[in-house]
Amino acid sequence: MTNRTFTALAAALVVASCWIPVAQAQDSLYIPSLTYRTGPFSGGGTPFADGYADYLNMLNERDGGINGVKIIVEECETAYNSQKGVECYEATKDKGALAYSPLSTGITLALVPKAPIDKIPVFSMGYGLSAAAAGEKFPWTFVYPASYWSQMSSILKYIDANDGIRGKKIGFIYLDAAYGLEPIPLLDQLSESMGFTVAKFPVGVKEMQNQSSQWLNVRKESPDWMIMWGWGAMNPTAIREAAKIRFPLDRFIGNWWAGSHNDLKGVGEAGKGYLAANFSGLGQEYPALQDVLAHVVDKGLSKVSAREDVGNVLYNRGLFNAVVLAEAVRIAQDRTGKKVISGADMREGLENIDLSEERLSELGLPGFTGELKGSCADHEGGGSIFIQQWNGSDWEKVTDLIAPMSDIVRPMLEEAAEAYVSDKPDWQSQTCS
Amino acid sequence: MLYREAGQFKTSYAADQALLPILQDRIGLSLILLVAFVGIPLLATDFFIGSVMIPFLVFSLAAIGLNILTGYAGQLSLGTGAFMGVGAYACYKLTTYFPDINIILLILFSGVFSAAAGVLFGLPSLRIKGLYLAITTLAAQFFLEWCFIRIAWLYNYNDSGAIEVPTRKLLDIAITGASATPVVRYLVIISVVTLMALVAANVLRGRIGRSWMMIRDMDIAAELMGIRPLRAKLSAFAFSSYYCGVAGALMVFMWIGSAEVESFDINHSFLVLFMVIIGGMGSLLGCFLGAAFIWVLPIIIRAVPQLIGLDLLAATTEHLTNIIIGVLIIFFLIVEPHGLARLWQLGKEKLRTWPFPYASN
Repeated sequence: MTNRTFTALAAALVVASCWIPVAQAQDSLYIPSLTYRTGPFSGGGTPFADGYADYLNMLNERDGGINGVKIIVEECETAYNSQKGVECYEATKDKGALAYSPLSTGITLALVPKAPIDKIPVFSMGYGLSAAAAGEKFPWTFVYPASYWSQMSSILKYIDANDGIRGKKIGFIYLDAAYGLEPIPLLDQLSESMGFTVAKFPVGVKEMQNQSSQWLNVRKESPDWMIMWGWGAMNPTAIREAAKIRFPLDRFIGNWWAGSHNDLKGVGEAGKGYLAANFSGLGQEYPALQDVLAHVVDKGLSKVSAREDVGNVLYNRGLFNAVVLAEAVRIAQDRTGKKVISGADMREGLENIDLSEERLSELGLPGFTGELKGSCADHEGGGSIFIQQWNGSDWEKVTDLIAPMSDIVRPMLEEAAEAYVSDKPDWQSQTCS
Repeated sequence: MLYREAGQFKTSYAADQALLPILQDRIGLSLILLVAFVGIPLLATDFFIGSVMIPFLVFSLAAIGLNILTGYAGQLSLGTGAFMGVGAYACYKLTTYFPDINIILLILFSGVFSAAAGVLFGLPSLRIKGLYLAITTLAAQFFLEWCFIRIAWLYNYNDSGAIEVPTRKLLDIAITGASATPVVRYLVIISVVTLMALVAANVLRGRIGRSWMMIRDMDIAAELMGIRPLRAKLSAFAFSSYYCGVAGALMVFMWIGSAEVESFDINHSFLVLFMVIIGGMGSLLGCFLGAAFIWVLPIIIRAVPQLIGLDLLAATTEHLTNIIIGVLIIFFLIVEPHGLARLWQLGKEKLRTWPFPYASN
C-alpha cells in the first residue's frame, strides 16, 4: 500500500508542478541569480553569489530599491552544470527576468542564442564568449569590463613592462576546456608580433588536482614567465607545484579567475609573490561595502559565513556584477521614463552604461575599477585590469590600471564575431551609426 | 480484476503475437500516447515541456540504448556519455556540410556514426566480460572525450571549443535553434522517441533480441545452440550506440542548444547507467521509469518548498534534493532490486486478482 500511496503522491506532484503559478513581478525588478553554492566549483561560486545578492539587498534596505522600486533577487542553483543552468533559465525567464549572469562559460554559451528570442540580455562579466564584445553582432550579450583576449593582452603588456618580453619564453598553463582554450588564438598572434615563444601546458578537468607531470614539463621547458587560465581546484594545485619546482612566483600570473582568496588561503605562505589579474577592488574599505556591512551583513540578511569574507576578491567581483546591473537599471529607467522596466529596456541600459570615476565615487566605490563606458558597438567597455600580488596572507594591488591593446584585440574580436554569425543566417545583429 | 484477460480470445497467430496482447495494455498505452501527443502540448507550460518532458525523453532514449546493451545483452558499458557525444558531433558536422537536408533525418543518421564507434569499442567484448569490459568502455569514454577537445575540426574550429546549434526549419517552422518553441521541439522528440521505442520493442522480442538475451544468460550455451557471439555482441553494441547517438544529437539540437565536452562526460554515463539500474535491467518500461526517477523527481522535489510557501535557500534545496534522491535510490534497491519496472509488474499481477486475491487459481 505504501508504494501505491507514494506513486499517487508523486503523480499528484507532477500534475501540480505543471500549474505552478508564474509570479509576475508587476511592481518590482526581478533579477535572477544563477548560483553554484554546491558542486565542484562551489568554492568560487559561493562568495560571488554572496556579493551579488548582498549588494542588491543593500539597495533594497538602504534606498528601498532602485528609484523606489524593490529588487527581487531569486537564486537558482546550477551546480556549474549547463543542463541545470538551462533549466534554471527556463524556470525564471517568465517572471520578468531583467538579465542573466550565470558565471559559467557553458551556461553562457547556451543562453547567448536564447537572449534575442526571449529579449533578456546576458551579462557575462569577464567570461563567456570573447567575441560578444562586438556589440553589432551581439546586441544582447555583454562582457564588461573586458574580454579574455583584452585581459591576455594586458597581462602581456605587464610582462613587457617588466624587463621586456621580446625573446622570452612564456609558459601558458590552462584548463583544457572551452574556457582555457579561449585566449590561445590571441596568444599565438601576439607571440609573432611581440617576438616571444609560447609553451602550452594543458591541464585536463580530471587532472586539476594532479599536475605534477605538467610541472615536470614546465621545469624542462623553463619558461621565463608563466600565465595561468585556471578555475577551482586547479589554481591552488598549480601554485603549490610551482613553488615545489622553485619557479619564481613573482613571474607566475593568473588570470582574474585564478587569483581569489579561496585559491590562495590554503596555499598560504608558500604562495607568496604569486601575481594575478583583477578588475574589481580589494577589501571592504569602500563606502558602498561599508553600507553592505551595515545594512545587510550586520542585520543578518547575508549568507556570508564570516564578516571578514566581505571584501574578498570573488565577493567583490559578484558585488561589481550587481553594481553594473543596478546601474543599467537606473539608466534604463531614465531613458524610458518607466519605473518598472523590461528585459529589452535593460539591454538599452546595459548598452549605455557609463561608470566614470565620478559616478563610481557617487556609488561609494571610488577607484574600485577602471572607467567603464559601453556603446552600441562596444560591449566590452574599457577593459582595463590591474595586477595584484599575494603577500602570504592577503592580496595587494601592485600596479595601476593596464589598458588592453585594443588596436590588436579589437579587429580579432570583430573577426571572431563575424565567424560566429557567418553560419547563422537568421542571427539578429544591429547596426551602430 | 482490472488486468484480467478472461474473455479476450485470440483467433489468429498475428493476434497472439501482438506487441500488446492484452486489451488493458493497449488502452493504457493509447491513453499515455494521447496525453503525450495532445494533452501535454495543449495544456502544459513551456517550463514543464522544455525542462521536464524534453530532458526526460532524451534520457529515456539514452537509457533504452544502454539497456539494450547492458540489460538485454549483458555487456556492461560506461561509455554512454561518449557515444551520445559522437551522435551530437556527427549531427553537427552533417548539418554544417548539408544544411538543406532535413535536420530530423540528420539526427537519425548521426546515430550511425555512433554505432560505428560502438562496434569498434565493442570488439574487446569478444574476449572479456563483466567489469573488465566496463574498463574498456571507460577507455572509449576517455578517448572520445579527448577527441572532442583535441580535434578542432569537430567543432568547426570554434574559439571556445563548443558547438552551437544553428536554426533549421521544417515546413518554415523552426525546429532547432533558439527560435524553436518548446512545443515544436517536444513534438519532434516525442515522435522520434515513440518510433524508436516501438522499433526497440519489436527487435527485442524477435530473433535478434532473443540472441542477445541468450548471450546474456549463458554465452557458451548460446554458442552451442548456434548463436554467433561475434554477431550478437557487436550487433548489440551497434544497436545500443545508435540509440545513444540519436539521444545525444537530440540532447544538443532539441534541448540545450549548445554543447562542450563536459556535456558528454563520465557523469552522464553514470547517470544513464543509474537510470537503467533503478528503472530495471532488461525492461523498456524501466528506461522511462528510471529516467523519470533520476531526472524528473529532483525537479519536483525542488519545486515543493516553493509550492508550500517555504522560503528555502536554493543551495539548501539542492542539498536536500540530493539527500532525498540518494535515500530513495537505496530504499528502492532494497525493496525491489530488480528496479521500478519489476514493481509495476508485481502491481499488474496484484491487479489481475484484485479485489479477490484469495480467488486466484
